[in-house]
Amino acid sequence: MKRTHILVCTGTGCTSCGSFQTRDALLTELQKNGLSNEIDVVETGCMGRCDLGPVALVHPEGTFYKNVLAPDVPKLVEEHFLKGRPFQKLLPTDPQTQNVIQTQADFTFFNRQLRIVRDNCGVIDPEKIEEYIARDGYLALGKVLTEMKPEQVIEEIKASGLRGRGGAGFPTGRKWELMRQAPVSPKYVVCNADEGDPGAFMNRSVLEGDPHSVLEGMAIGAYAMGANRGFIYIRAEYGLAVKRLHIAIEQAYKAELLGKNLFGTGFDFDLEVRIGAGAFVCGEETALMRSVEGRRGQPQPRPPFPAQRGLWGKPTNINNVETWATIRPLILKGAKWFSSIGTEKTKGTKVFCLAGKINNTGVAELPFGTTLREMIFEVGGGVPNGKKFKAVQTGGPSGGVIPEQFLDTPVEYETLQKLGSIMGSGGMVVVDEDSCMVDFARFFMEFCCDESCGKCPPCRVGTRQMLNILNRICAGDGELDDIQKLEDLAAMVKDTSLCGLGQTAPNPVLTTLKYFRHEYEAHIIDKQCPARVCRDLLHFEIDEPLCKGCSLCARACPVQTIGRIGTLKKFEIHEEKCIHCGACFEVCRFDAVKKTSPGMLVTA
Amino acid sequence: MNLEELKKLKEKAQRQVALRDGNKKYRVVFSMGTSGIAAGAREIMTTMLDEIDKRGLDDVEVAVTGEIGLVDAEPMIRIEEANGEKVTYARVNAADARKIVTEHLEKGKVVEGLAVGKVKE
Repeated sequence: MKRTHILVCTGTGCTSCGSFQTRDALLTELQKNGLSNEIDVVETGCMGRCDLGPVALVHPEGTFYKNVLAPDVPKLVEEHFLKGRPFQKLLPTDPQTQNVIQTQADFTFFNRQLRIVRDNCGVIDPEKIEEYIARDGYLALGKVLTEMKPEQVIEEIKASGLRGRGGAGFPTGRKWELMRQAPVSPKYVVCNADEGDPGAFMNRSVLEGDPHSVLEGMAIGAYAMGANRGFIYIRAEYGLAVKRLHIAIEQAYKAELLGKNLFGTGFDFDLEVRIGAGAFVCGEETALMRSVEGRRGQPQPRPPFPAQRGLWGKPTNINNVETWATIRPLILKGAKWFSSIGTEKTKGTKVFCLAGKINNTGVAELPFGTTLREMIFEVGGGVPNGKKFKAVQTGGPSGGVIPEQFLDTPVEYETLQKLGSIMGSGGMVVVDEDSCMVDFARFFMEFCCDESCGKCPPCRVGTRQMLNILNRICAGDGELDDIQKLEDLAAMVKDTSLCGLGQTAPNPVLTTLKYFRHEYEAHIIDKQCPARVCRDLLHFEIDEPLCKGCSLCARACPVQTIGRIGTLKKFEIHEEKCIHCGACFEVCRFDAVKKTSPGMLVTA
Repeated sequence: MNLEELKKLKEKAQRQVALRDGNKKYRVVFSMGTSGIAAGAREIMTTMLDEIDKRGLDDVEVAVTGEIGLVDAEPMIRIEEANGEKVTYARVNAADARKIVTEHLEKGKVVEGLAVGKVKE
């Protein structure tokens, strides 16, 4: 028996800042100190605090360490594991109170969460099926196969009120029932793991941290719907998740938890991984199915819906990673328990990704009905550097922005829709006062325009035209009727596009126009960018009394347009060659370089 | 695999990860300062871990701390119960360590001859 387990996060976030090196250093250092036979190092999936990586959690104390880099490991081992006291240097601090946080349980970010889907993430080693089994793994599948009829499973899912976590929020039980009723066979189940939204990584964290939960959910679904074959469609960029899925599938086959005659009941289920080639549109279910079949990923009109005619023309059920991972706890604890969490209309929890201008960047699972304010200011720890909150964008590139006055909105599918945004995958990108909303809308329009598959003209041409107008406005060449044109185009693209990509692409523009119209007007009429972001609307100058003549700005200038004022020691910017890149503004240590936009007061 | 086999596998595997659940009934704290280590605390701890494992006790966690000052009485072990009871054992050897596991941790009986102090908070 070991007295201590050191859990080292090996999710993509932490491995990219060196957690494998940390693990190796820990192993060597423990060996060196003769502690290897009392202390275990365990690799886990994502713990949720990606910005503090590499993170490590020490059990049984519950001490949470941040930024555990290999060079700090010898000291950490000496302090914590030899002398038995926490290593202060690597303890995190609360962003709001500045208190040092001793254990994970004291961390608001963690103790505010309700973890159902991510219950095993950051707790077990995802590459060991035994650890999953230790935490009731595959018991739900065993229970379903030996004790329940397929119809009973569907009744249970329906009673729970579970809705699809992919974004649209369609009732999962209903979807399964439609599929069950389809008279054709064979049938297929598919897991949509083509998570492509910028700033969204919740599915990745589940796949990397607890791949078996997805496998088990799919096997249960397949049994309920009468399918015997399943596919996990995952994007190629998720290398670690792909690797762990392969390991999990192999282990499950070996343990006879996938394959023929599961639990001796005669039910067969085969599962394979299909890797996507990196097209955003393949997250759309009809495009996804074509891609699984090996064809070009382009959407098809619906109906026929996948439950009628899906993969190879047969009934197919597609659910998101998170939906599949929710099935297991739901079956184990029952529909009644599940429906006691969340709101009237939306039951259970949702994994959200907090990103952008927020202190606690990472993955957090919260019940539906949590308000945006709680999410951003309590769990997320607020906006860093004392900046003012401006808006939050929910639901990825095709979601809308929500301004400050709606922060007390409880988050669920309908409430976000009412504000012009969407739940989408659950991404939350926080924007502070330093961001220009026109530029923000332009960025996401560019993303959607790039990712449009080109099949239907409203999306292919419409998003391009909208982008052209937005580029023009940001460049200071906007015209008075541009806002009207944007609104007309947005309505057209929204109404006439073939699939969800085009239908939701105008959302960022529409919501910024709704809540931040004054910023558009400032760009068009005053040629001013109030947030001082749009390059072409900026003006840089050096405040002579503040200039110390250090020459940093002159050396940083890529076009050499900063020179000394005559024979003086001080510097000035020659406007005619200035490209408004802001390099001088960034480097000045005396706030002597001023960044302004026409009609604005000169400030630092 | 059938359901019975799965449940058996679960029981076996559970002990591997039980440590990560927290809230154990007993917490065994080893005095692991210089004098404790010199008196053989590390070996005693290994022995004890081995015995705990052999008996399959998963409601126990083991921790280390610095010395409390009574250098002469090392190796010292303090057993803290979840109800606030604390028992200190002094001059523990390998055989004692195994006895503490079987008597105190398994049956809940304080090993009278070895205990030097008992406090309830």
